[in-house]
Amino acid sequence: MTAGRYGVYGGQYVPETLMSALIELEETYGRVLTDPEFSRRLGWYLHEYAGRETPLTYCENLSRDLGCRVYLKREDLLHGGAHKLNNTLGQALMAKFMGKRRLIAETGAGQHGVATAIAGATLGLPVEVYMGEVDTRRQALNVFRMELLGARVIPVASGSRTLKDAINAAMRDWVANLRETHYLLGSCVGPHPFPRIVRDFQSVIGEEARRQVLEREGRLPDTVVACVGGGSNAIGIFYPFVNDDVALVGVEAGGEGLDTARHGASLSRGSVGVFQGALSYLLQDDDGQALETHSIAAGLDHPSVGPEHAMLKDSGRVRYEAVTDAEALAAFRHLSRTEGIIPALESAHAVAYAFREAENLDRDGILIINLSGRGDKDVADVAKLPRGAP
Amino acid sequence: MSRIEGLFARENPSIIGFTVAGDPGIEASFRVAKTMIDAGVDLLEIAIPYSDPVADGPVIERAHARALRAGTTPDDAFALVRQVRNYAPALPLVLFTYYNIIHRRGPDRFFAEAAAAGADGVLIVDLPVEESGEVAPSAARHGIDRIALIAPTTSPERQHAILREASGFVYLISLEGVTGERDRLPPNLAGLVGAVREKTDLPLAVGFGVSRPEHVRTVAEAGANGVIVGSALVRLIEEHIDDEAAMHEALRTAIIALRGGLVPRSRT
Repeated sequence: MTAGRYGVYGGQYVPETLMSALIELEETYGRVLTDPEFSRRLGWYLHEYAGRETPLTYCENLSRDLGCRVYLKREDLLHGGAHKLNNTLGQALMAKFMGKRRLIAETGAGQHGVATAIAGATLGLPVEVYMGEVDTRRQALNVFRMELLGARVIPVASGSRTLKDAINAAMRDWVANLRETHYLLGSCVGPHPFPRIVRDFQSVIGEEARRQVLEREGRLPDTVVACVGGGSNAIGIFYPFVNDDVALVGVEAGGEGLDTARHGASLSRGSVGVFQGALSYLLQDDDGQALETHSIAAGLDHPSVGPEHAMLKDSGRVRYEAVTDAEALAAFRHLSRTEGIIPALESAHAVAYAFREAENLDRDGILIINLSGRGDKDVADVAKLPRGAP
Repeated sequence: MSRIEGLFARENPSIIGFTVAGDPGIEASFRVAKTMIDAGVDLLEIAIPYSDPVADGPVIERAHARALRAGTTPDDAFALVRQVRNYAPALPLVLFTYYNIIHRRGPDRFFAEAAAAGADGVLIVDLPVEESGEVAPSAARHGIDRIALIAPTTSPERQHAILREASGFVYLISLEGVTGERDRLPPNLAGLVGAVREKTDLPLAVGFGVSRPEHVRTVAEAGANGVIVGSALVRLIEEHIDDEAAMHEALRTAIIALRGGLVPRSRT
């Protein structure tokens, strides 16, 4: 069995050609972890360029509505508008240290593509982003944004023409160009060492949140809630709390309902399988074919999830729930009205679940919601929905 | 002697054909296999269609999609192997699959069904040697060769580890990339074949990018024992999707032309 296991999950289920690149990546990662020059430069980019640390905002109005003390971890205020930049700055800098001359990435909603384009622009690396054709239409604004940032967006017309096919296309490109290209994977999925690298670069979210809540409240929160597609913002905020007495809840895309075929809840409704390089939970049929998924949030529209989440589900350390498109949309509107903060539809899933979770907390209970991104990218789509419709 | 051993004990390098089970349709798929065999392929690789074939280029990816749209399941792929086995009792047959198909059924059931259908070997394209412990006992129990892959990027240390596990023949990936036709083969091919030849007595077959008679000649001259032709044949299915007679004629003509690229190699 290879390195990079989370319990039984994870591993490196990839074509032979890719193994040398994964081994090189693992070695480089081990080196940069202890390289003070790397830490110094990444620290500079996160602080001076990206705007860390992000606030932990106490929400008075939402607290009143929920009947407990609600904080938002404001990754929506990070440069680029989502948590994705934590990982892309880290990996792009790593690619520089490896001597790579080109970055490729996949993107679903476009947030990771934008974050990669930003990192590539500031670090002087050309960027090509694979994006499902369906998503290029759903997220036309982000396509333009990436192009403005100097990236080339390559529409992917195969399969379901969404995120999973964009990952397949990026892996094919990487296999053919791995000597000069770094594949900047955007979530804690895929073969080892990607789940570990992404988790480490995103853990800054939880490290800050933990310190901030201790400063403000003098104690740890009762509950931390985050949305889960591939799971990078969730693992980023959960990881520093894993050994604490804090309830952790991951919220998946319930789509049109878990009893329908149209959702993206791989942990709630999937089974164990190998997909895109890792053993994890997967929405699959009886033969092992990946199923097509659905979510109103493009970033959660994916049939699998990071292997560390699979382990945390089995151990019971993290609880995984799902909210529907309609619930997420209601939360999207509620947060906009009550707090003046328009969340990404992905993050709105976490906000929606907080309404349910708050019933278990009293007035002094402390709840942290990871607001992983801002909702500007979703405004045009939501405006197209019939008035009053979910 | 196994069918695979028997084949490679012969004098000339072998032509290995590839088709996706269920492409262009479940029944039509057997007719495609039959035409390839009649035209002279020495070994047939039959792929089980999969939703996310990341090691494959666009031509074979579309074949997977066609087969899945036609409703092809792993059961249908085993049924095709059985039909081909009945048609050509001596022909070596290798199932080509992505690992989740095996994982989902459980390795033991998968290899039992493969053996019962008449397959001689299984090639798992996304299961590197480090993970192969999950299937090795089942493959051995049911007498199935596990065809190993070596890429140009495989280090000498990993080549050794892979060859320790390999049986049947070794699949040498000619280039860094996915499957698909190329104008020319990489110039260092003979070096790759020679480097692996020093480490094993197993037959070596070269695939990825091999599509023309002159490529077949190059591969044979590089000292390989077999030449695997996939996308160049699968493309003919796609090009003649609406005219089955023309499809079969094109396949037959292509395989005869590829065979023409073989140079006789004296027995050593």
